[in-house]
Amino acid sequence: MTRHEALQHILTPLPGGDLALFTTGMISREAFNIRDRAENFYMIGSMGLLNAVGLGLALQSPSRAIWIIEGDGSALMSLGTLPLIAACRPHNLIHVVLDNEAYESTGGQPTISSTVDLAALAEAAGYARVWRVSDSPSLEKALQEARHSSALTFILVKITGRAPEGLGRVSLTPAEIKQRFSQILTRVETASHNVAVRPLAPD
Amino acid sequence: MRTASEFWDILKRHQMTFFAGVPCSLLEGVIKVGLADPAVTYIPAVREDVALGIASAAHLAGRRGGILMQNSGLGNVVNPLTSFNLIYRIPVLMVISWRGYGGKDAPEHLIMGEKTPDLLHTLGIPHAILEAETLEEHLQWAISTMEQQLIPVAVILRQAIVA
Repeated sequence: MTRHEALQHILTPLPGGDLALFTTGMISREAFNIRDRAENFYMIGSMGLLNAVGLGLALQSPSRAIWIIEGDGSALMSLGTLPLIAACRPHNLIHVVLDNEAYESTGGQPTISSTVDLAALAEAAGYARVWRVSDSPSLEKALQEARHSSALTFILVKITGRAPEGLGRVSLTPAEIKQRFSQILTRVETASHNVAVRPLAPD
Repeated sequence: MRTASEFWDILKRHQMTFFAGVPCSLLEGVIKVGLADPAVTYIPAVREDVALGIASAAHLAGRRGGILMQNSGLGNVVNPLTSFNLIYRIPVLMVISWRGYGGKDAPEHLIMGEKTPDLLHTLGIPHAILEAETLEEHLQWAISTMEQQLIPVAVILRQAIVA
């Protein structure tokens, strides 16, 4: 399964209310080109910071599903955040790592994830549900369950192949990404104050 | 000297109740009172950059976030400040304790102690050194500045100002 296929599985059925955060580099670029939406947050700098922002967002917006989509390089850069996330136990967080065992944006240099089981690390950190998948049907199954569960979930997706030639960059400025994302979030958050319980993962 | 409860009361009056941080002995009282206050959320982050990332989410959700940290961790926030908060325009209140102030401290604190205000200045982070008498004014200034400019603002806390 390629990153493109994995991102299509994740992005295509994503409900309007779900917030999706994409890590620095090819993952943001590819997600932007597959399905840009106001609820997407593209981290263009600060590699490794995304899961901290995702944790903060999950705590700030407990009534919404928060998706962190990062790579193995990014996850390895901030490994300490894994147990922190698990310790905070956000029930609305789905943490996906697309693992190609490489720093692709900088030329495909190897990471160490071929010798480190990131899913086992997530398990040890205390994530409630941990998946390790490498083909479309198993990813689809993991995503289905994640969408309908209210347990902190980690999905390690082993991917192969390189990014498509000439993949465009995110054409929004950082301030535009934030403003658009934040506007959607604050508008819905304010509106949902009148609703006692909002379903975690609406279809 | 002001009490940690007074410090939190000021922050709470400004709707600042969401914090993440890494401890410092100078912040011991502040963190203790924050942890005991049900109105305050304090996430014990594993690093200062992680604290900054967590606190930044408050702004994305239309609220205010802050971090508590020692100045020795300033190096850890240089990257997120320059390639996240400052370019995305995400304000965060940074409460930074000042070890090495005046050149009197353990050796590991002396260089960063001397460079702390300069480093914030170089990064373009507005900052103020807190005094007991003007605590409320300075915090108010920091919060309104970060909201107006949409960037992080730091307040620097020396020993025996808040305990």
